[in-house]
Amino acid sequence: MSLLAAEGISVRLGGAEVLQHVSVAIQPGEIVTILGPNGSGKSTLLRAILGIVPVSQGRIVRAAELRLGYVPQRLSIDPSLPIKVRRFLSLPVRVTDAQAEAALVRAGVPEVAGQQMMALSGGQLQRVLLARALLGDPQVLVLDEPTQGLDQPGEAAFYRLIEEVRGATGMAVLMVSHDLHVVMAASDRVICLNGHICCEGTPQVVSSAPAYRALFGLGTQGALALYQHVHDHSHGHGHSHGHSHDHDHEPAEADVQTHDYVDHTHA
Amino acid sequence: MLDDFLTRAALAGVGLSLATGPLGSFVVWRRMAYFGDATAHAAILGVALALVTDLPIAAGTLVVALAMAGTVAGLAARGWAMDTTLGVLAHSALALGLVAISFVPGARTDLSAYLFGDILAVTRGDLGFIWGGAALVAGLMVWRWQGLLTATLSEDLAHASGVNPDRERLILTLALAVVVAVALKVVGALLIAALLIVPAAAARGLSRNPESMALIATAIGAASTLAGLALSLWQDTPAGPSIIVAAAAVFAVSALVARRR
Repeated sequence: MSLLAAEGISVRLGGAEVLQHVSVAIQPGEIVTILGPNGSGKSTLLRAILGIVPVSQGRIVRAAELRLGYVPQRLSIDPSLPIKVRRFLSLPVRVTDAQAEAALVRAGVPEVAGQQMMALSGGQLQRVLLARALLGDPQVLVLDEPTQGLDQPGEAAFYRLIEEVRGATGMAVLMVSHDLHVVMAASDRVICLNGHICCEGTPQVVSSAPAYRALFGLGTQGALALYQHVHDHSHGHGHSHGHSHDHDHEPAEADVQTHDYVDHTHA
Repeated sequence: MLDDFLTRAALAGVGLSLATGPLGSFVVWRRMAYFGDATAHAAILGVALALVTDLPIAAGTLVVALAMAGTVAGLAARGWAMDTTLGVLAHSALALGLVAISFVPGARTDLSAYLFGDILAVTRGDLGFIWGGAALVAGLMVWRWQGLLTATLSEDLAHASGVNPDRERLILTLALAVVVAVALKVVGALLIAALLIVPAAAARGLSRNPESMALIATAIGAASTLAGLALSLWQDTPAGPSIIVAAAAVFAVSALVARRR
C-alpha cells in the first residue's frame, strides 16, 4: 500500500483549474520527482498533497499515522524576528539538544546551531530546513524546489545528500524540480506535469519521451547538455557515485544510452 | 496599599505589560502594526456605543474592537490590499467614533481620557479588569506559543506540521481585541498600538531568540510605565503619553546599542 497518494485530484486557484485529474502514489522508500515548467502546477500539487490548498475533485489518501517531513521552497523570516537555528529546530515540537545536533550533523551543517537563521547562507538554510524536517523521523519527506538559489555544485551536493539520507533511513521522498538533469541521479521515478500528467517513468524513460521533449523543448542550440547518468537501482549501498553532476565534464560513461541536448533557458 | 492612586496606576501599567510584551512581539513579527491601529481606533466608536446603550465602557470597546478585528481579518482573507484597507478603516473608525461621541451629552468633556488614557484615575475595579484581561492574553500566548511562532515563521510549514495558521491568526485577533479593551483606560485609543509596538521594537536589538524578545519587551513596557508615571508626577505631564515617551527613549537607546554591536 502506498504511503501517500493523490487520487484523480483537480485544483482550482482563483477560478482557473491549475491541476486536472492528477494521480500520484508514493511507495515506501522511493524517490519521486515532479518535473514541470513554471506555471505547470507542480508546487500546487505538493501543496494539495500536504493539505495546504483544497482539492476541487478527487482525494488525498494518507497512510494511518503518517509521519511527514516538509522542506518549503523558501523561508522568508521577518528581520524583526530573532531566532537561532537551535530554537527553530524545536518548532512546533520541542526536541532535545542531542536530537537537534544529530539532525544538523545528518544534514551536514553541525556548526550552525548557535547562529541566527537570518545569518545563514542559502545552502545552509536549505540544510537547516532539511534537518528540521528529519527531526520528526518522517516516512515521507516532501521538498518543494529545495535548491532554488543554490549554485550548480550546491544543487548537486544537496540532491546527493537527499539520496544518502534516503539510503540510511529508508524514507520515501517526493520533490519538485524544474530541471531534470540535476535530479536524475537521485530519482527513481519522474512525473512530468503540465496541469495534468504528461509522462511518467524512470528518469531515462522520461527524458526520451516525446511529451517531455514537447514540454521542455529540444533546442539543439541549447547551451547546456543533458547527460544520462547510469542510475543504480540497488539502494542501501554505500552511495559512492563516481560521476560528477557538473555540466562541464565529458560524457565519458561507456553506457550512455542517449545524448540529448536540452535548452535550459527556463524562465 | 491599593488606596494610593499612584500604586494603582503603576500596577495597571505593569499588568498590561504582561500582555503587550508577547502580543506586541507578534504584532511586530507579523507586521500587524496598522492592524493594531485600526482595532485600537475603533475603540472610540465602542465608547460611543457604550455611552448610548448604558453598557460598561469596556464591553462596548471589546465588542467594537472584535468587530473591527474580524472585519479586517475577513477582508485580508478575501485578498484586499491591506495597506490601503487598513488606512481607510483605522481613520474612518476614529473619525466615526469622534462624531458619534459628540452626540452623547457630557461625553465631550471626557474625550481626552478616551483618546490618551486616564491611568491616574484607575479604580480597584479597573485594576481587576486590566489584570484579568492581561492574564487571559498572556496565558493564551504561553499556551499557543509554539503554534503561533510556527505559523508566524511560515504558514506552509505550519500546515505541514499540523498547525492551522488560520486558527493561530484568529487567536492573535481575539487577543488584540481584549488588549484594546483593557488598555483604553491606561494609554487611550490613540496610543494602544504604540504600547504594543514600541517596547517590542526596542527589545529586538537586545534579543537573540523570540522568547527573550517577548520577555524583554514586557520588562521595557513595565519600566516605561513606571518611568512615565514618574515623569508625569515630576513635570505634571499627561501620564499616558509620558509612558510612550519613556518607551520611545528606551527604543532610541536600544537602537544605538544594537548598531554599535
